[in-house]
Amino acid sequence: MLDSALELVRLQENGDLTAVEIAEKALASVRDTQDSINAFTHVAAEQAIEAARRVDAKRAAGEPLGILAGVPVAVKDVLCTNDMPTTCSSRMLKDFRPPYDATVVSKLREADAVIIGKTNMDEFAMGASTETSAFGLTRNPWDTNRTPGGSSGGAAACVAAGSVPLSLGTDTGGSIRQPAAFCGITGMKPTYGRVSRYGLVAFASSLDQVGPMAWSVPDVALLLEAIAGFEPRDSTSLNQFVPKYTDVLQSSDLRGLRIGVLSETAETAGIDPAIMDVVNEAAKVFQSQGAEIVEVNLPHSKYWVPTYYVIAPCEASSNLSRYDGAHYGHRTDSIDMHSPDGPLVSAYCRSREEGFGSEVKRRIMVGTYALSEGYTDKYYNQALKVRRLIKGDFDAAFSQVDLLLGPVTPSTAFPLGDKIDDPLQMYLCDLFTVGANLAGLPAISLPGGSDSSGLPIGIQLQAPALEESRLLFAANAFQTATDHHQKRPSH
Amino acid sequence: MSTHQVTTVIGLEVHVQLKTKTKLFCGCSTEFGAPPNTQVCPVCLGLPGALPVINEAAIDLAIRTGLAINCSIPEMTKWDRKQYFYPDLPKGYQISQFDLPICADGYLEIVDPADDESTRHIGIIRAHLEEDAGKSMHDEVAGKSDTRIDLNRCGTPLLEIVSQPDLRSPAEVREYLTQLKLILMHLNVSDCEMQEGSLRVDANVNLHIDTDGKKIATPIVEVKNMNSFRAVERALEYEIERQYIDWETDGLTIDDRAKTTRGWDDSKERTFIQREKEESADYRYFPDPDLLPIRIPAERIEQARLTLGELPQATIRRLQDQHGLKAYDANVIVNQGPALIGYFERVVEVSGDAKRSSSWIQQDVMRTLKEQDTSIDAFAVSSDQLGALLKKVSAGEIDNARARDVFAYLLEHDVSVDEAMKSLGIEKVDSSELDALCQELLDANPQVVADVQGGKVQAIGALIGQAKKKNPNANPGKVRETLLRLIQS
Repeated sequence: MLDSALELVRLQENGDLTAVEIAEKALASVRDTQDSINAFTHVAAEQAIEAARRVDAKRAAGEPLGILAGVPVAVKDVLCTNDMPTTCSSRMLKDFRPPYDATVVSKLREADAVIIGKTNMDEFAMGASTETSAFGLTRNPWDTNRTPGGSSGGAAACVAAGSVPLSLGTDTGGSIRQPAAFCGITGMKPTYGRVSRYGLVAFASSLDQVGPMAWSVPDVALLLEAIAGFEPRDSTSLNQFVPKYTDVLQSSDLRGLRIGVLSETAETAGIDPAIMDVVNEAAKVFQSQGAEIVEVNLPHSKYWVPTYYVIAPCEASSNLSRYDGAHYGHRTDSIDMHSPDGPLVSAYCRSREEGFGSEVKRRIMVGTYALSEGYTDKYYNQALKVRRLIKGDFDAAFSQVDLLLGPVTPSTAFPLGDKIDDPLQMYLCDLFTVGANLAGLPAISLPGGSDSSGLPIGIQLQAPALEESRLLFAANAFQTATDHHQKRPSH
Repeated sequence: MSTHQVTTVIGLEVHVQLKTKTKLFCGCSTEFGAPPNTQVCPVCLGLPGALPVINEAAIDLAIRTGLAINCSIPEMTKWDRKQYFYPDLPKGYQISQFDLPICADGYLEIVDPADDESTRHIGIIRAHLEEDAGKSMHDEVAGKSDTRIDLNRCGTPLLEIVSQPDLRSPAEVREYLTQLKLILMHLNVSDCEMQEGSLRVDANVNLHIDTDGKKIATPIVEVKNMNSFRAVERALEYEIERQYIDWETDGLTIDDRAKTTRGWDDSKERTFIQREKEESADYRYFPDPDLLPIRIPAERIEQARLTLGELPQATIRRLQDQHGLKAYDANVIVNQGPALIGYFERVVEVSGDAKRSSSWIQQDVMRTLKEQDTSIDAFAVSSDQLGALLKKVSAGEIDNARARDVFAYLLEHDVSVDEAMKSLGIEKVDSSELDALCQELLDANPQVVADVQGGKVQAIGALIGQAKKKNPNANPGKVRETLLRLIQS
């Protein structure tokens, strides 16, 4: 019912449904699934109905409406909203109510979207399973004993559970694409700077990017169209024309398109063979639509994960230092006035000790260590150099091919608790996704099949910077030829 | 301190608050004195999700300053984060510049305080932009110690100018600061109000002592919170003395003790220890990923160069070359700023007498400005009026004392010099009138005539005084000349 934004827009235009009716259905679905899935940290029922009413009134008055008029959207709880809490699923920001909206949230409101609430995530977007949330884990609608992936686990699960057709996630190392793959939906990480980060609570500033999540490519294109664009308050935002992404989806003729398949992927140890089968199958689909498949090599791909796990924690250790209990965020009740370091340092230490969960602390420690005197050159500066080599690999590859095809994840959705005590295993979930973040490139994850237990498997397409249209065009062609994106969990 | 050869080594870090309307990374006002926390926004408060955007005006002011202190401006500069925890630092890091500052490798020529006629070359390592932090105010009421934080100042643009340790005495430090302030005022890049914190000086100081042919260095001390040039000078004088006595007492050298930080207590006139063992601070600098590196095209630098005008040092040299002023006099005038320099130049143009103009401006004009607590722009006597008056003095039409009367009259009345003289009854005394007056005095004072004829020429002074009494318009020089001529004839 609620699974296509474009369909909901049409239904309202035809007078078959009102925005209020749609919002009520979405809210009812959230209520029905919240206990079992726990996709939301905050449900904004009143504001949603109010927003829907405004849409209906505007429509009745014949006023122009935005492209997301009356469409329910869920927003990852790392994006600032001036009328709802923004917690980053952390105890630290449990009571934080920003006085402003993130640019993407303003853009949703301008597009007349109906914001249903804030979705659960790994604390400060650090994790690949949504198990590090301070507000309880989120479950995968395909199998509630399994993780929805992370860190945008709530954002993926609320779409997969059929509560909302669209959600906004953020992707620092794969946090949109991996949960999209685990939940059988489509998720895109745009080019770094394509969508403004203003109001996105920073995890790793040079890698973070907001992106759309939905069942199918046309909805992803619609949501991207609504949120992309230049923001003068964000120095890293790109001042580039935003194409009408929904316009590129007319044809599924891929003749002339060269798609590179990463030759070393097949050799990567530990990858589920079912996933490689799905990727190979997808290559054939593209081929059948006229694309040429070429084998390519990214020589430094084995350094993606180590490079990422130096740069991201370094930036995180800095970005998270503002949560000191002095200005906002959790403040301890038990400052030790007689601490040998003095009461101030005691206040900092205890506030941070109590406010942050263990994964966040681990990354702060790693980042602080890697940036500290004597180690900067060994770790951080070295990682920056490797990052440049990684970018160079992509440049070289894209001089031969138009897109890259590969897996999203090494496995399908794993059982809850499986990796939570093994950080290194958890980090390997990002094996295929972090490259796009390190190089700032757009990438999309879309349903490509399922494993023997019926769990979704994702395939990933990556494109050169600012080639979102090419990515969407090819992904849409794939969905025209296949029905993987139409499968729904039985839950 | 006389038993050993001692060299004082001082390097300065001067924080200059740049005169931009808005902060370095957001649109908040930089105005001083607003109620606490009223000039703040998500960006300067470091709220989660807020992002900095560079204020281009600050870049231009930094470039202008850098050029004026002979720095090179690199093609590319970038932003770095300097991490430390402090209550008045909302983000937990300060956006600053680390390895690629906006200005590098400059110098300042200062007049050697020990010798007016020579200059000293003080190297400038770098000048970098950074955002200011907020202010903590400690309230200690009824046993409670409350700290209140005002974040209005957060994000205000600062240019930190770091000198080489080339300064050798507190007097040189004062001279350096004077020159620097002069340039900053000339460029209109800062208010340079030490009391308001728009100019803040930290000094690193130690002594190099020659002892038994061995050279040792005393531990380095950073002296902070000095809020006037005078305080800087006195703090350093105190610190130099203290370091020498300490060394004589404990013999500790730079190898035995890490750098310490001392504050200056102006009322007790002494420095006091603030941080005993300065831990080697690990600021974990890294490039700020929220801000892109800045490319500075050569045209932008050239554009800035065109706006500099004649810099104070060049003006000082020109006043010496063009008007024959002494270095000291040229300095005094230029130190008063561009408006007074303009005033001086016009007075010289009208009067044709640079030395007299310089001395009148330094004495009469500057004293009056101080008494009236006013500026040269609002001064009652225009440069044209003073020029006209001094022209008459040089021509011998009026003596200095009477000219001061005219000057005083002009301060009170908006009239021309001629009208002022007329109102004061000052007229030119012609030579026959003067001859008659002098003859009359000589006739009445034969003893003076005898003394002068006997070689005691100074005896004539008494008659000059009497002549002034009989006719206040008589020019003393002319009277003297006439008296001597009549005695000898």
